[in-house]
Amino acid sequence: MALDTMKEGHDGSGLGLVLKDLGGEFEKFKGLPVLSGIASAKGLRDLDNYMYAQGFEEIHMWQPDIDGSAPEPETGRRDHYFAKVYEFPQLYRDRAQARQEGLLLEARLALRALGEEDESIFVFSFYPDVVTLKEVGDPLQLGRFFRLQDGSLRAKIILAQGRQNTNYDIYLYACHPFFLQGYCTMTNGENTAFVPIMEFLSSRGFPGYMGYNSDSEVFAHILHYTHRQLGYPLTYYKDVITPLSEQEINSRADGEALRLIRRSLRPLCIDGPNCVIGFTPDGTAFMVQDAKKLRPGIVGGAPGKYALVSEECGLDEALPVRDKTRDFSPMKYDMAIVSPGAGKLTRWNQLSGFKKTPA
Amino acid sequence: MDPATRLDQNHELSLREFPYIIRWRDGRCTRCGRCTAVCPVNAIEAAPHVHRRAFSEGGAPNPRAQRVIVHVVRQVTDIDRYCTGCGACMLVCPNEAIEPEYNPRHKFLTYKNKGGVPFRRGGRRNDPAPSTLDQLKFIRISMLTDPALDAGRHEFRIRTLLGRNLPPEALPLSRRGDRLVVGKSRSGNGFIPPVREIYPIRIGSMSIGALSPHMWEGLAMGVAYLNEVEGMPVVMATGEGGMPPRLLKSRFAKYFILQIASGYFGWDEIVHAIPEMSEDPAAVEIKYGQGAKPGDGGLLMAYKVLKLIAQIRGVPEFVDLASPPTHQTKYSIEEAVAKMIQSMSMAWGFRVPVYPKISGTKTAMAVLNNLARNPYAGALCIDGEDGGTGAAYNVSMDKMGHPIASNIRDCYLDLVAQGKQNELPLIAAGGMGKTGNLAANAAAMIMLGASAVDTGKHIMQAAAWCFGDEYNRCNLCNTGRCPRGITTQDPKLYRRLDPDVVAERVVEVFKAADVELRKIFAPLGRSTELPIGMSDALGVANKEIAERLRISHVC
Repeated sequence: MALDTMKEGHDGSGLGLVLKDLGGEFEKFKGLPVLSGIASAKGLRDLDNYMYAQGFEEIHMWQPDIDGSAPEPETGRRDHYFAKVYEFPQLYRDRAQARQEGLLLEARLALRALGEEDESIFVFSFYPDVVTLKEVGDPLQLGRFFRLQDGSLRAKIILAQGRQNTNYDIYLYACHPFFLQGYCTMTNGENTAFVPIMEFLSSRGFPGYMGYNSDSEVFAHILHYTHRQLGYPLTYYKDVITPLSEQEINSRADGEALRLIRRSLRPLCIDGPNCVIGFTPDGTAFMVQDAKKLRPGIVGGAPGKYALVSEECGLDEALPVRDKTRDFSPMKYDMAIVSPGAGKLTRWNQLSGFKKTPA
Repeated sequence: MDPATRLDQNHELSLREFPYIIRWRDGRCTRCGRCTAVCPVNAIEAAPHVHRRAFSEGGAPNPRAQRVIVHVVRQVTDIDRYCTGCGACMLVCPNEAIEPEYNPRHKFLTYKNKGGVPFRRGGRRNDPAPSTLDQLKFIRISMLTDPALDAGRHEFRIRTLLGRNLPPEALPLSRRGDRLVVGKSRSGNGFIPPVREIYPIRIGSMSIGALSPHMWEGLAMGVAYLNEVEGMPVVMATGEGGMPPRLLKSRFAKYFILQIASGYFGWDEIVHAIPEMSEDPAAVEIKYGQGAKPGDGGLLMAYKVLKLIAQIRGVPEFVDLASPPTHQTKYSIEEAVAKMIQSMSMAWGFRVPVYPKISGTKTAMAVLNNLARNPYAGALCIDGEDGGTGAAYNVSMDKMGHPIASNIRDCYLDLVAQGKQNELPLIAAGGMGKTGNLAANAAAMIMLGASAVDTGKHIMQAAAWCFGDEYNRCNLCNTGRCPRGITTQDPKLYRRLDPDVVAERVVEVFKAADVELRKIFAPLGRSTELPIGMSDALGVANKEIAERLRISHVC
């Protein structure tokens, strides 16, 4: 369905899919990490060797049932598209979640380093209950190529982007959505302040803050940094990327804290134009805009099924029957938050807080 | 035996040796005497010339010669009375009869060492070549993928932070429901360093002894107006020697950065005024060095130490006030400098940012790293080789010091490597607006990593018509005979300068710079915060500069 919305507009440059809360054949592997990626024959051998050496035990592998009659991706058909489910190494099975996440990140980065130069391995995510699929080309054709319509991949939360990055060379690691330890975002727009933000994140001493093949990757990392590393509630993500002015800060009950945050996180201020759509590890989905330039973005639906899309025509395609009066396009100060399990849509505003309306 | 007067004048200089040659037009001159009266160095004087004039009287030609005495304006060839090219004569001449002309083939420095005293002057480095900053262009213009902002319509927050910002991990925040509140510190002693939100262009340190009362008053009034009427939080630094006690105790004190330098002049008065101060100062600047004369001390000549200066500085009138090249008590940065920063912080209950100012130097990084580890250091100000001074040896000004661009860039990248680029603001000084491009120079420095810039010489030129330039024009600040009344304590000279007009110009200069900054930031797409470290926006045609500063090489 996510891909169907792209009939309403895409630039034909690529497909990026991140699926969370998996169903289908992954349903029985909840809690076990899934490694998603692309590899050549050699790359897959290297990958398997590495994973074996680290003590990961492969217990399931999904590969798309490729439709030979569909046009191939622009870069040619690769040897292996895969999502492998592993059992944690013995030593890590009872460890705290943060430790396990650290191990998964370490393994993903090591695999990336292993196959980056000769492009034999691309790994996009390694996390429980998350599958990522990326490829270069026309997203609808790629959908057919991977036979995504056959239902073998099912998920409750789907982030789909029908294009590659447009500002730099087409490259798989530059393709949205970007994922890090359960946090995922995709972005429409260009990030003016990319360089200082990237420098700030890179210098936090966290190994996952790397890559940056796209200026939009920082949005996922800012989310990870503020929510996971600093422990801020989700709404502060908006306050960090689009800080209020001194006067506006004075009107907030948490003004004192906000002022300190604005100063200490000054390099993470964005200037847009960006519409960011993403989710957090607990399955909360959200949409925010920059404070001035704004890109299109609209949220609609009803409890149980919400869509957060760039354009209204996409929303109409995804959810043709809905109460359109409840549609919400976040503006300068707004954040649209959909609670886990598509529970309900909440509007939050930097100046006036949560809007108390039944969603 | 030599004759009483040598006819060949072999040991005299010719005017060709002088940097400026006076062009005087006999036919236009009314002999009013204003030029010779105004000349601050007596380089010109009225002199009699004997001219032979042919004339004829009667119906038939009957040529005869006559010797007449005419009065002329003559330039002297005494090296101590060299024409500085200030042009005060030109300014007062009612008939456009006189002007100094630059002589590019002069040999001034060859001779300006009479009595074994090297050339001393005010001003800044005499190098008219375009500085690195002036060669930088802003090449990232937002188009289509990133729409440019509208400099006239959008809201721009052109503000910066002066003072130390805690690393995000150290903020004393705790979660209460879905809200964050300031509570216990996660690490450290719970100290939240004071931070000021200021305008990113500041007026750099110029003391009330170096400047005339009218000049200083004009600057101060301009700064107060910018803050209170225009809503632009511009701050200015006092320079060494304190400030008038009445002002110190007034509500305006918050617009001033108090400087303490190696002579500690004025601090007895400041310390005594603290209990009566109604506002904290913007910051305290500890001066360890000056870009114009690195490693050199200061000297306020006895004749400048008039009653007002003596009172402010807490010294007797008419004595030489020497500031040593270094703080005599500072033997190490880890120990003594750290203590000084803490002592100054303590004086105002840790409510005022305290930071050191050093001259641009290859060793700046060592200072930086010590400050980066000192939780009480509020910033680091680096004054590059193009900074100005009221008095120094020419050799110090021309040959000593470090260019500001690479110095700041290196420091910024060093902080980036440590993840402290937002913790310790860098302030760049020295040569901002050297060729009039104040906003562009400031924006370039900010994109290289500075949080703010200082302007001194430029504001003297722009707001008080200072004649000085990089062709050694005027540069008389050290003599106390400033023809504009800017750097003098002589009431006959400084009353030429109207403080109200200076204040008005200060406001105009800052408002214009503000518009220009918007014009630079808007196409870049930056508006909410300053583009600190946005080096991808900078380009330069010179490949070596591009590589050195790690910016784009464009041609």
